[in-house]
Amino acid sequence: MSGELQRHPADRKATRIPDPGRWLPWILIALAAAAAWWLAYSNLERFANWLVYGALGMPTGNRLASAIAFFVFEAPKVLLLLLVVVFGVGIVRSFFTPERTRRMLAGRRQTAGNVLASLLGVVTPFCSCSAVPLFIGFVTTGVPLGVTFSFLIAAPMINEVALVLLFGLFGWKVAGLYLGTGLLIAMGAGWVIGKLRLERWVEGWVYATAHASSASGTEERMGWAERVSSGRDAVKDIVSRVWPYVLAGIAVGAGIHGYVPEQLMASIMGKGAWWSVPLAVLIGIPMYSNAAGIIPVVQALLEKGAALGTVLAFMMSVIGLSLPEVVILRKVLKLPLIATFVGVVGAGILVVGYLFNFVL
Amino acid sequence: MKIEVLGTGCPKCMSVEQNVKKALAQLAVQADVEKVTDIQQIIQKGVMSTPALVIDGKVVFQGKNPTVDQLKEIIQGA
Repeated sequence: MSGELQRHPADRKATRIPDPGRWLPWILIALAAAAAWWLAYSNLERFANWLVYGALGMPTGNRLASAIAFFVFEAPKVLLLLLVVVFGVGIVRSFFTPERTRRMLAGRRQTAGNVLASLLGVVTPFCSCSAVPLFIGFVTTGVPLGVTFSFLIAAPMINEVALVLLFGLFGWKVAGLYLGTGLLIAMGAGWVIGKLRLERWVEGWVYATAHASSASGTEERMGWAERVSSGRDAVKDIVSRVWPYVLAGIAVGAGIHGYVPEQLMASIMGKGAWWSVPLAVLIGIPMYSNAAGIIPVVQALLEKGAALGTVLAFMMSVIGLSLPEVVILRKVLKLPLIATFVGVVGAGILVVGYLFNFVL
Repeated sequence: MKIEVLGTGCPKCMSVEQNVKKALAQLAVQADVEKVTDIQQIIQKGVMSTPALVIDGKVVFQGKNPTVDQLKEIIQGA
């Protein structure tokens, strides 16, 4: 947190008269907040153990105790991580708008366009409720269909909340795998859809719609104070929406942690069961949860012996392919194109699932 | 003054509409507030992310959900 705020003065200096006195209090507040955050974060495990086994006097090895300790440790940890991540991402996103992304993508060719679109999908603010206007805005101004799909796949699939929660709970390797393979799926699926030349399966009125690009007037230049406040707004908006899911997810995780036998998942979702990956994807598609809620469940599954590839496939199909988004896209896409979209992305997720189960 | 709220019916769009009405009431400003849900009309205004606000034909923001106080400033500035 402090890192973001500390950058203020340096950036402002270029445009305004340097005034260290004005920023000093903010820097001190940021440093104090960062210190308090770190203190809380690094003492969580000690606190959870003290509470459950010390203050409540529960016996070690007890199932309920183990479930409660898991919850008391994980819930504040995930919420603390969420706070920092959402704030940081809110600031990063303030540098991007759908308008700007569209201008960068217009007229791009396949391949290079797919790569760029997938990367921009990660950092551009996007809400699935504006998927339709965004789709039309893209395809009617010269962004190729396949490139547009790369964007539409990457935007929900690579979720910043999921990314950093994976980092916090499993370490950088799993987070990196998720980021890398998510990008590859978005690039690959968009590329395939582009190669198939499926423009005829876009509803006819879409291409007939004239897109006015007059909205460029809405792009204002932002100062750092505004970027910080958009980070704060993101925290207010996202954290207030996802915290119940996060807590519910961790509670389920705690239940699995305490009560599900160690190797149960190994037989159902382990490497040996070849059918587990497609099954995980099929179950995941109609399920709709936000990334923050699904991660604790993922963690609990992994701990009980489920294979990483299977779990990753499950998670990706839950957050990357969602029924509500498909229903929204039906307004602009004919059924065969929707089916192709779900099929290609689903196949990509399958490949990733198998790959990890074989490699790791 | 004519104010159009552009949105496909997501919760954020409804919140913008309500907040615009609150802002107008607090400012004691008279304006026609219209909700535009038709995608083709939204696109024709050059808007790609909803909710968006159009005042007298000019897009003043898109893809945001401002507070009532922010909306008051926006309306006064238009």
